[in-house]
Amino acid sequence: MEPHYPLFYVFHFYLFGVIALASAITFVTRKSPVAAALWLVNTMFSLAALFVMLDAQFVGVMQVLVYAGAIMVVFLFVVMLLNLGHPSELADARGGGWKLAATLIGFGLLSEIIVITKTKLPSQLVVARDFNEQQLQKLNAVGMIAEPLFRNYLLAFELTSVLLLVAITGAVVLGRGRAAGAR
Amino acid sequence: MLAESLALTAALFIIGVIGVLIHRNAIIIFMCVELMLTAVNLTFVAFSRFYGPAGQVFVVFVMTVSAAEAAVGLAIIISIFRHRQTVDLKNINLLKG
Repeated sequence: MEPHYPLFYVFHFYLFGVIALASAITFVTRKSPVAAALWLVNTMFSLAALFVMLDAQFVGVMQVLVYAGAIMVVFLFVVMLLNLGHPSELADARGGGWKLAATLIGFGLLSEIIVITKTKLPSQLVVARDFNEQQLQKLNAVGMIAEPLFRNYLLAFELTSVLLLVAITGAVVLGRGRAAGAR
Repeated sequence: MLAESLALTAALFIIGVIGVLIHRNAIIIFMCVELMLTAVNLTFVAFSRFYGPAGQVFVVFVMTVSAAEAAVGLAIIISIFRHRQTVDLKNINLLKG
């Protein structure tokens, strides 16, 4: 069932998996909510990379936009609103060695992106085609999700809008506070 | 890569459960719940690679539910903070028998 994967693919799969696991472990061991949120963002980014590697490009983009972008910003906003974070607790990776390691990893990933976009991939690096790959050729990354979403799961999709409306109303009512309610 | 994805999912989910159990800060507990939801998304994506794109549709639904959950949950936390001046769950035991 499983196609053959080139070493390049397997290496990066494990790399992002290890980054996700390490960030998750660091995330649960933090006391400060701000440090925990930033480590969780790192986990979400690694998972987004894994989603893209598993041929779910649209889900990967959604992961970055919705989780790492919107939801974590809401969390940090609440931390700021309740004044729970302290600047001294953010000193997680302030040492010179950490900065050097972060710079090296960043440049490594950047050079990989440049190399991959500038060169044509040799055939032994291309992953074997499977079900999603054929769909991906026919539709595109968005159409692959949009077609079942608006055909088979249309009712569930419409009900999602009701869920979001209820959530927004509930959040506004709960967050409004006593002063506004008394009026 | 299916087996590796499922192993990573299980590990991340367990880390999320441990986080919910060991932390007393309500905001961090909420983040752990988000981590568990995302871990489940990885399962959906890994299976969708072999059984068609329906799994990715469910990921979209899971993201919607978790966004709604974060909005309402954080509003509840703000509401509790306004009454008790804390988000430490140790001090929020009004309903404890």
